[in-house]
Amino acid sequence: MRHLLSTKSLSRVEAITLLDIAEDMADVANREVKKLPTLRGKTVVNLFFEDSTRTRISFEAAAKRLSADVINFSAKGSSVSKGESLKDTAQTLAAMGADGVVIRHPASGAPQVLAGSGWIDAGIINAGDGTHEHPTQALLDAFTIRRRLHGTASRGRGLDGVTVTIVGDILHSRVARSNLWLLDTLGAHVTFIAPPTLVPADTSAWPATIGYDLDAAIDAGPDVVMMLRIQAERMNAAFFPNSREYSRRWGLDDERFSRLSSHSIVMHPGPMNRGLEISSAAADSDRSTVREQVANGVSVRMAALYLLLSGDREDS
Amino acid sequence: MTERTVLTQADITRALTRISHEILESNRGAENLVILGIPTRGVALAKRIAEIIQRIEPASAAVRVGSLDVTMYRDDLAHTRTRTPAPTQVPGSIDGATVVLVDDVLYSGRTIRAALDALGDHGRPSVVRLAVLVDRGHRELPIRADFVGKNLPSASHERINVHVTEVDGDEFVSIDGGSIDGGSTDGGTES
Amino acid sequence: MSSERYLVRGAQLSDGTTTDLLLADGVITGTGTKLSDAGATVIDADGLIALPGLVDLHTHLREPGYEQSETVLTGSQAAAIGGFTTVFAMANTSPVQDTAGVVEQVLALGESAGYVTVQPIGAVTVGLEGVRLAELGAMAASRANVRVFSDDGFCVSDPLLMRRALEYVKAFDGVVAQHSQEPRLTVGAQMNEGALSSELGLTGWPAVAEESIIARDVLLAEHVGSRLHVCHLSTAGAVDVVRWAKARGINVTAEVTPHHLLLTEELVAGYDARYKVNPPLRRREDVEALRQGLADGTIDIIATDHAPHPVESKDCEWDAAANGMVGLESALSVAHAAVVETGFLNWKDLVRVMSTTPARIGRIQGQGQQLAVGAPAELTLYDPSARRVFGRANLMGKGVNSPYLEMTLPGQVLATFHRGYATVLDGVLRSTAQIDAARADLVGGSNE
Repeated sequence: MRHLLSTKSLSRVEAITLLDIAEDMADVANREVKKLPTLRGKTVVNLFFEDSTRTRISFEAAAKRLSADVINFSAKGSSVSKGESLKDTAQTLAAMGADGVVIRHPASGAPQVLAGSGWIDAGIINAGDGTHEHPTQALLDAFTIRRRLHGTASRGRGLDGVTVTIVGDILHSRVARSNLWLLDTLGAHVTFIAPPTLVPADTSAWPATIGYDLDAAIDAGPDVVMMLRIQAERMNAAFFPNSREYSRRWGLDDERFSRLSSHSIVMHPGPMNRGLEISSAAADSDRSTVREQVANGVSVRMAALYLLLSGDREDS
Repeated sequence: MTERTVLTQADITRALTRISHEILESNRGAENLVILGIPTRGVALAKRIAEIIQRIEPASAAVRVGSLDVTMYRDDLAHTRTRTPAPTQVPGSIDGATVVLVDDVLYSGRTIRAALDALGDHGRPSVVRLAVLVDRGHRELPIRADFVGKNLPSASHERINVHVTEVDGDEFVSIDGGSIDGGSTDGGTES
Repeated sequence: MSSERYLVRGAQLSDGTTTDLLLADGVITGTGTKLSDAGATVIDADGLIALPGLVDLHTHLREPGYEQSETVLTGSQAAAIGGFTTVFAMANTSPVQDTAGVVEQVLALGESAGYVTVQPIGAVTVGLEGVRLAELGAMAASRANVRVFSDDGFCVSDPLLMRRALEYVKAFDGVVAQHSQEPRLTVGAQMNEGALSSELGLTGWPAVAEESIIARDVLLAEHVGSRLHVCHLSTAGAVDVVRWAKARGINVTAEVTPHHLLLTEELVAGYDARYKVNPPLRRREDVEALRQGLADGTIDIIATDHAPHPVESKDCEWDAAANGMVGLESALSVAHAAVVETGFLNWKDLVRVMSTTPARIGRIQGQGQQLAVGAPAELTLYDPSARRVFGRANLMGKGVNSPYLEMTLPGQVLATFHRGYATVLDGVLRSTAQIDAARADLVGGSNE
């Protein structure tokens, strides 16, 4: 694998291989020495043009468990915020000998531009670009679902027949897009539930069911309910009247949580707005995977770094 | 190109039985023994050795057997196609145990070097031994096997093919004259 | 007017007839067959089409203020190699072309360059800010003789201000050329809104943002009895609105760019900012509707919206990139590919939409005339049988932000004549020294 830019471009075999390797990586966390020498001598740069401490430390932990050297390059307080271009930044990193670049950028497509630019030869991992994709988040979500459903028998399996309902701001969510393509590739069926203002303009080509009614979606008994974070600034842009109304119609409150079928699991990519899109009871229940998702994030990112940075460049 | 069978299924069974006896002899019983196979075929061989030991010494506690993947510890990761790792399953703590590593073919010794590194990250065995079905020579590191099914002097252009029933559906060890096409087992390509 | 004399031998006119053309003293002095002139340079035009010099109603020359992107000279050179003899220079310079002084400066720069007639466009509002009217009358009365007014790049979105502008320009037969983009519906817009923008996570530029402004403006133009020109139509709905307006008798004209006639939004999928343009590339259905609209006369003209940018404005992430494409050098070939080869227009139609009608809308004299004895020697010779891989070497302006690089395009301009002298010969742009020599004995360097 040369880069990991999107889940749309992942084949089923590639996705399952990555999830299987993540299983191996997860085992490392249970050992006496929680570190592998695999990427010794490799340099991974976390290039973050947007603040995201969670994602950055997850990648940092992943790279360090594989013995890579990690450089954190945050756009805040650096020359980047003074107008240095992506190109100049990339060429600087290339000159430093970066083997892998983990990029988080507010502009959709920035990782793809970086990968195709010729400015830098490193493997590129998209750690979230604008409202486009966030492939490692989707991979860790799929990994989490697979483990919950199949436990130790997860290796080699997809998510065939699994029903996943994703609720919230689909329009602006890179997590929703990455999950859509990956879950579909793995055989799951995705339902999006959102206020009509937060559904993209044209989803006719999406392999998903779109709806506005969370109660009906809950009653359908999905295997997974994934709640997305709702951003406060959406209210100011008149996507919905206010947080109370949003919470009433599209929040996973205690009443809806109690109606959820007993086998359903509850997911959230974090950080959560407790009491807005998800109640504390739902977030803290044993059906919630929120903390597993964080742990699994490290394993999945180790797998991605391994696939990108080991192996012969010309060959991959 | 000629392919010549050097061990039949019966030969392999006899070799594994002898190795099992030798392990028991050197360990003075099955006590505190952990048998770890190196994927892919080493895992099947390790299980068989564990079964044979259990048959020989039915009174002793269950011999612990597992697998030890070395992919993440290889020294050639940057020079070959990305390898897909296999699962590692270490049965319980190996601290103070006698660990016997099992592989199908011993060649350069680099796989065993990686296995020793991997093992060290799981704990601190008191003794580590190495059992291989075939030792074909051409060592590149100061490593030798403690238990050998068959010494098979070979030229480096020759291929050693190991098939075991659990993985391949049939069972034999053969040698062929060094075609450059694929189709060989990982025993032959071990480097 | 020029000391150069040319005898163009055996050119095909847009109506299909073949003729020799004798160019002397800045005009066409002879047509017919077997013309002779011992003093003239003979150009074998066998297989070539002679077209009246092309007129671009929508060019960004960037000077004054953005000379790193383009100058009047380099933009004029790009125009000449594309077969143009006149370009209308958009007002979004720095300072903005919103006073008589600035438009006269641009006019003078064009005259000094000498490759094409550079006709300045005046801003509708001061500083393009959409707050109060610029001195439209002063620009109209200036030496630049401005008749086209546009805040292009920005929409005159305030309906009252738009009404006043439409009314006011009636005093001097002016026209407001509107960049139709409802600003509130296009906050942060990056590409056509639809299935692809949804997938790529790029903020959508909905068709309705263009169509609603056009609908409002044609009704305003009808109400105040004025003349409206709609810049760069890009949607099927926009074509429908203009068609409706024309059927109703509203005095509206409309333009389409070569790129909106050829390219579709799928090109955005790789996030290559060369394809970022305003209005954005649309769907295949829109391209078809625009071609049809051009063929049935709903859309009056093709205009390039030539928009050069420095490399760094495109060599970056999509959101940060500038909108716009260069188009003068490729316009004729792209139009050829998009609407001639596809059978929507013949060469006569092409003359109408790329020369005659734009000259008429812009009220410019001495351009867009049929190639006949007495007409100004403003023409271009085009080889329709050529095919070439379009490359950076074909770009004569400063901008290399062409979406056609590496594409195979039909046709090539082999010669362009402006005021009787050649600006392009044998497919090669003539040097500034050659241009200066050719017009050494021009009288006074006046515009007429």
